[in-house]
Amino acid sequence: MRAVVKGIYALWYRECKVFLRERSRLVSAVFLPLFWYFIFGRGVGSIARTTVNYQQFIFPGFLVMTIIFSSLFNGAYIVWDKKVDFLKEVLITPLSRTTIFVGKVCGSMTDALLQATILLIIGYFLGMPYTPLAVLLTLAMLFLFAIGLVSLGLIIGSFLESPEGFGLVSSFVVYPLFLLSGALYPLDQLPPWMTWLTHADPATYAVDGLRRVLLHLSSHSYGFNTSVLLGFDLLLIWTGTWAFNRMKL
Amino acid sequence: MEIIRTENLSKSYGAILAVDRVNLSIQEGEIMALLGPNGAGKTTTLMILSTLLKPSSGMARVNGFDVRSRPDRVRASIGMVFQDPSSDELLTGWENLRLHALMYDVPWPSIPDRISGVLKLVGLENRRNHLVKTYSGGMRRRLEIARGLLHEPRVLFLDEPTLGLDPQTREHIWEYIETLARDTGMTIVLTTHYMEEAERLCSRVAIIDHGAVVALDTPRALCDAIGGDTILIRGKQLAVDPIRKFPFVRALETVEDGIRLSVTEAGAHLQAILQAAGPVERVEVHPADLNDVFMYYTGKGIREGTGGVLEHIRSFARVR
Repeated sequence: MRAVVKGIYALWYRECKVFLRERSRLVSAVFLPLFWYFIFGRGVGSIARTTVNYQQFIFPGFLVMTIIFSSLFNGAYIVWDKKVDFLKEVLITPLSRTTIFVGKVCGSMTDALLQATILLIIGYFLGMPYTPLAVLLTLAMLFLFAIGLVSLGLIIGSFLESPEGFGLVSSFVVYPLFLLSGALYPLDQLPPWMTWLTHADPATYAVDGLRRVLLHLSSHSYGFNTSVLLGFDLLLIWTGTWAFNRMKL
Repeated sequence: MEIIRTENLSKSYGAILAVDRVNLSIQEGEIMALLGPNGAGKTTTLMILSTLLKPSSGMARVNGFDVRSRPDRVRASIGMVFQDPSSDELLTGWENLRLHALMYDVPWPSIPDRISGVLKLVGLENRRNHLVKTYSGGMRRRLEIARGLLHEPRVLFLDEPTLGLDPQTREHIWEYIETLARDTGMTIVLTTHYMEEAERLCSRVAIIDHGAVVALDTPRALCDAIGGDTILIRGKQLAVDPIRKFPFVRALETVEDGIRLSVTEAGAHLQAILQAAGPVERVEVHPADLNDVFMYYTGKGIREGTGGVLEHIRSFARVR
C-alpha cells in the first residue's frame, strides 16, 4: 500500500513539475478561453438574445473548455512519453499498471484544475457573480469532469502509436465535445438530431451544472448533472485501467 | 546461486521468430554478454526478462520469480538501462533519480544519500541540478546507469550500454561497469554488438544469431573452441613434424612460404614452437577474438568489412 501511494505521488510530482516548467502550455491554456470570451463573446453577444449577458452566459463554457483541452491533451500526452521512452522507465518499475494510471490521472487532473482555477479567478474580475458556495460547487463539478476527461485522454493516448495522431484527437474528440456541450448557445431550440448529440456529450452536463451554480440557469438539477458525470467517470476509469493493462510499447 | 534461468524461451511476431528456444543459466555475480548483430533478438530477450514483453512460449525466471506469474517481483529485482535514453528531459538529473527512487519504494530517509552515492559513482554530482535536456549523450547514459543502480537491484540489465558513444566516453562507461561489478558483486547482463566490449567486461558470452544462442562460454573458451589463435611462420626450411606433435597445436597447414598453425593460447606456446621450427624468417600471431568466433558459428562477420585473415581462419577451422 505504501509503495502504491509513493508511486502515485511520484507520477503526480513529475506531471506537476513538467507542467510548471512548460510555461507555454500554461499560457496558451489560460489565454485561449479569454480570447473566446472577449472576442467571440463580444462579437456574438451583440446579436445573441440570452436571458443574461452573453459573455456571462458562455463563461461556464470556458471553464469546461479549459478542462476539456488540458485534460484530454495532458492525457493523450502519454503518447509522447512512449515516443521519448520515458514510459518504458515507468512501466518497468514494480508499480502496477492500475497504479500508473491513477498517478497519471492525479497529475494531469491537477494541471487541468490549476488552469481552471486561474480562469475562475480572472472571472471574478470580469464580474461573474460568485458566492463562496458557488466557487466550491464549481470546483467540485470541474474536478468530477476532469477525472473522466483525463481518463479519456489516457485511453486515447494508450492506443495512439505516435504523436501525429494528436490532430485526430483534436478534430474528432476535443471539438465535438466542446461544440456540442451548449457552452456557446442555449440547447432548448435545436433540431432533434442535434439534441440527441448534445445529450450524449458529457460536457453538456458539466456546462449545465456550472450554469446553475454560477448563473442560476439550467435545465437539470446539480445532483442530476453530478450523477451523470460520476457515471461517466466510473466508466472511463474502468476502461482506462483496462487500456493501461493491455498497453504495449 | 542461479539468478536467471530460461528454458526454451521463445518470442514470435507472426511468422517471425525473434527469440528461438533460448536456454540460459546465469549465476549470481556474473557479467554476461548477449553478443550478436542488430536484429539478432538480444534486446527482445532482455525485454522478456524485464517483463516488458511476454514470451510466446518457454519459461524465464529472474531472481527466482517467473516473468509471467510474478512480473512485479521480477521488476523489483532488476535495474534496466535502456538503449535509448528514457529520462525526462524537463526534469533535472536529481529529480529524475528522485522520481525513480519513489517508484521503487526506496525508504524516504535514505533517498538523498542513495542519489548522491550513485551520482558520485558516475561522476555527475556537479550537474545534478541541471535539466537533463542540457546533458550530452554520454552524460545521459551515465545518468541512466546511476538510475538503474539506485534501488540496489539484484540484476542490472544494460541494453547496448555504449552504443553511439565516443571512444573516451565508452572507456569511462566500461570503467564504471567494472567498478560496479567489483564493488557490489551485482549480476550484470548486457547486450552488445561490440565484441571488444564483451571481451573486456564479461565473464561469459552468449552468441546470438537469428534469435538463437549459437554458443555460450567464457570469451577464452569460445576462442579456443574454434581452434584458438593463428600463428603464421615464414621460413624456407621449417621443421614441420615436431611442431605437429605439440598437443596445443590444433591444426597445421603449409602455405606458400611457410606454415599456418592453429594454436590454443599462442602467447604461452610461441617460444616452444619457434625453438622447434628451426630457421624462422618472420612470425605473425593473430589472437583469436570473438569476431572470429562469431564468424565461425554464423558464417558472417559481426560487422561489415571484416574478413581477410578471419575469413581464412574460419575456412581453416571448418576443414578441421
